[in-house]
Amino acid sequence: MAKVLVVTSGKGGVGKTTSTAALGAALAKTGKKVVVVDFDVGLRNLDIVMGAERRVVFDMINVIQGEAKLSQALIRDKRVETLSILPASQTRDKDALTNEGVAKVITELREMFDWVICDSPAGIERGASLAMHHADVAVIVTNPEVSSVRDSDRIIGLLDSKTDRATRGERVEKHLLLTRYDPVRAARGDMLKTEDVLEILSIPLLGIIPESQEVLRASNLGTPVIFSNPDAAPSRAYMDAARRLLGEKVPMTVPGEKKSLMDKLFGRRVA
Amino acid sequence: MSLFGFFNRKPTATIARDRLQILLAHERATLGGNSDLIAVLQEEILQVIARHVFVERDKVQIKLDRGNAFSTLEIGVEIPPGLAEKQPKAVIRAT
Repeated sequence: MAKVLVVTSGKGGVGKTTSTAALGAALAKTGKKVVVVDFDVGLRNLDIVMGAERRVVFDMINVIQGEAKLSQALIRDKRVETLSILPASQTRDKDALTNEGVAKVITELREMFDWVICDSPAGIERGASLAMHHADVAVIVTNPEVSSVRDSDRIIGLLDSKTDRATRGERVEKHLLLTRYDPVRAARGDMLKTEDVLEILSIPLLGIIPESQEVLRASNLGTPVIFSNPDAAPSRAYMDAARRLLGEKVPMTVPGEKKSLMDKLFGRRVA
Repeated sequence: MSLFGFFNRKPTATIARDRLQILLAHERATLGGNSDLIAVLQEEILQVIARHVFVERDKVQIKLDRGNAFSTLEIGVEIPPGLAEKQPKAVIRAT
C-alpha cells in the first residue's frame, strides 16, 4: 500500500527541499519505489537540488491540464533507478493547481510508487495546503529556533484539521525532523534542546540532522547528500530517519563527523 | 565582547523555551478554537461604549499583554470633553 508523505514546516529555509531529496534518496536506496513531488509552483527548487533541472520537459500542471501524460512528466533519477521526480511549473499560475487535478495525480502516483513524497512550499497558503491535503504521513521540518518552532506548531494544527484524513475523522501520522541542530551550542544552553522542541510540539521524533557543510556541498552538486557523501553525519542521520519511516527501530543519536587522525591529516587526498 | 563577558553570558535557550510555551498556549487557544476571543471582546466592548458616547476609532487605544497565568486586554477610550468632564478617559480592563 503506497504512502503519501508531506514534508512541511510553515517557515521557509528550514530544509524542506533538502530533506525531501535526502529522504527520497534514502528510501529509494532501500529498494522502495519513490517519487518526490514539487508543490512550489513558480518557485520550484527540488529539480535543481536533485540535479534534474536540465531534464525538465513537462511538469505537474501540464499533467493536470492534459497537455502531457504523467509518465512523460516524471524524471527518472540517474543514480538510483527506483527514484523519480515530478517537477512543479515555474511559469504557470498557482491557481492552475486544482483540487481535482492534484487528487487525480496523487491517485495515479499511489498506483506506481511505494512512497509519494510531497515537498511543500513555505507558508500556509494554497500550495502548502494542497501539498498536505492527501498526506498519510507528515514530516515537520523544524530548526531549533523560536520562529521555526512556532510555525511548526501552526502547521501541526492544520494537519489535524484541514487535511483529507482530518476531515474523514482519521489522523495524519506526524513526525518531527529537527534540522540544522548543533549539539555543542545546545549543550552550552544557547540553542533549544531536542527535548525542549519535543515538549513544546509533542509529536514523535523522526530524526536529528546536525548542521553540516555537507548539505550545502550536496546542493551545489545537485546531488542528495545521501549520494554525495553517504558517510557524512547528515547522510547517516537521514538514512536513520528513513529507516524509522519504514518502521525499523533505530536508536536515536546525533551523528557527529567521524574523523580519525589520518582523515584529519590527509582527508581530501585519502578520499 | 570581553573574555569576562563571554564567561558570564547567560544561556538563552531556556528563555526561548519559556517564551514559546506562553505564546503557543495562547495561539492554540485562539487559532484552534471557535473564535478569536480577544477580537470579539474588543469589538463588543466598543459597541457598548458607542451606544452611549460617540467614539472615534482612532481615539481608541488597545493594548494586549499575554501572560503565563492570565492576559490583560486594556481598552482606552478618549471621550470628548463636553460629554464627561469628570472622567476624561474611561479604561476598561478585561482580564
